[in-house]
Amino acid sequence: MPILTADMTAGTLTTWRKRVGDAVKRGDIIAEVETDKGLIDVEVFTSGVIESILVPAGATVPTGTVLALIREEAGAPLSVAPSTPVEPVPAAAPAERPAPAPPGAIAEVPGRPRISPLARKVAVELGVDPASVRGTGPGGAVTREDVERAAAARLKPPARPVEPPDRQARMRQLIGAAMARSKREIPHYYLGTTIDMSRAMTWLAEENLKRPVTERLLPGTLLMKATALALREVPELNAVGRGAEAVPSPAIHIGVAISLRGGGLVAPALHDADRRSLGDLMTGLRDLVRRARSGGLRSSELSDATITVTSLGEQGVETVFGIIYPPQVAIVGFGKVVDRPWVVEGRIVVRPVLAATLSADHRVSYGHRGGLFLAAVDRLLQEPGRL
Amino acid sequence: MLRVLGEIAPEADLAALKPDVAFRDQLDLDSMDLLNVVIGLHAALGVEIPEADYSSLVTPDGCVDYLLSKLER
Repeated sequence: MPILTADMTAGTLTTWRKRVGDAVKRGDIIAEVETDKGLIDVEVFTSGVIESILVPAGATVPTGTVLALIREEAGAPLSVAPSTPVEPVPAAAPAERPAPAPPGAIAEVPGRPRISPLARKVAVELGVDPASVRGTGPGGAVTREDVERAAAARLKPPARPVEPPDRQARMRQLIGAAMARSKREIPHYYLGTTIDMSRAMTWLAEENLKRPVTERLLPGTLLMKATALALREVPELNAVGRGAEAVPSPAIHIGVAISLRGGGLVAPALHDADRRSLGDLMTGLRDLVRRARSGGLRSSELSDATITVTSLGEQGVETVFGIIYPPQVAIVGFGKVVDRPWVVEGRIVVRPVLAATLSADHRVSYGHRGGLFLAAVDRLLQEPGRL
Repeated sequence: MLRVLGEIAPEADLAALKPDVAFRDQLDLDSMDLLNVVIGLHAALGVEIPEADYSSLVTPDGCVDYLLSKLER
């Protein structure tokens, strides 16, 4: 069972994609695991035949538990060690030292470097030849940290010994790997529109005058509610992707991209965003941001988002096109509200406007539907009192 | 004011804050942080800060001057 987050201690193996006796090759998906980050495909990094399955479907086991044994064509049984998932996130410990996984998690093929599947996966991602890495693991096995040190040393000759990447650096690395996979496997299409925000901002200022300070609304609340309601009209954008297919979600849980103090990013879910009042959304958003930055997010919040909304307006960015975060099938971006010339009934006036974008999976939706979604967001923001 | 900021940005070295430089530039605060500052100041001092006055809170000096003016009334 792979370790997917810093505090993950167990996962549920929901579905086996292979059976005893099936041949597998490197890169094959062998099982689906449900974790606090959602359903994750577990890949194998060796070739052979499945000799035995040790964890039945539906079982929840601690991280580090050996899931199955694979008999390589010419060697002893090799345990399927937890590998880096298709959606890597910061992990607290390398999979090659899990308990109670046996040392068989390390490859034992004669003539090849002793290296764990996780370390081999990282080596592939970083372009490092495992044979060139000096291993510091048990019996000289190459660990993930060994691979990362080799990659860092190759990029910049160190004046002093290279320190292992800190946690923020590892988070960047894992997020980068996830985004690289998303760009590689998901055919993104991109749409953008400019929305007149004058009615929304005027309504917001008047509404906040009526509210006590603890109940004031931020503009982002209006944007998220409009997004959630627009998804009711274009539900295929609010789905969970399974390769080329997607299952629309009955609920709309908006993943809110939150920057962490000191660096890093997390996108926990605001559940049922379409069914909550603006005040309730604002309360939920404040609580989510607080717990995201201080620790204490719930696993459901990390796994339940059906679409992500990102905004870099506060950093002065006018337009942002996001990268889809699997297994979601779309991501919405909002920019900074800026005053711009705007044509109203043939006259040029100044209006506060905002760029709204959609990045979506072309296997699941077409540009026409994406356009309808953005048009719906625009329309909904013209009647903020009805959000 | 420093106590409220410390709760929002616990990693910040508040003793090194420059009085005439915007909070946003020194502490990387966003609109949610600013709202939490306003709420914190309201809870601590009983000062109601309307949105139209947010521009007075941009720097530490500006914030202190604003709060003093509200408290003296």
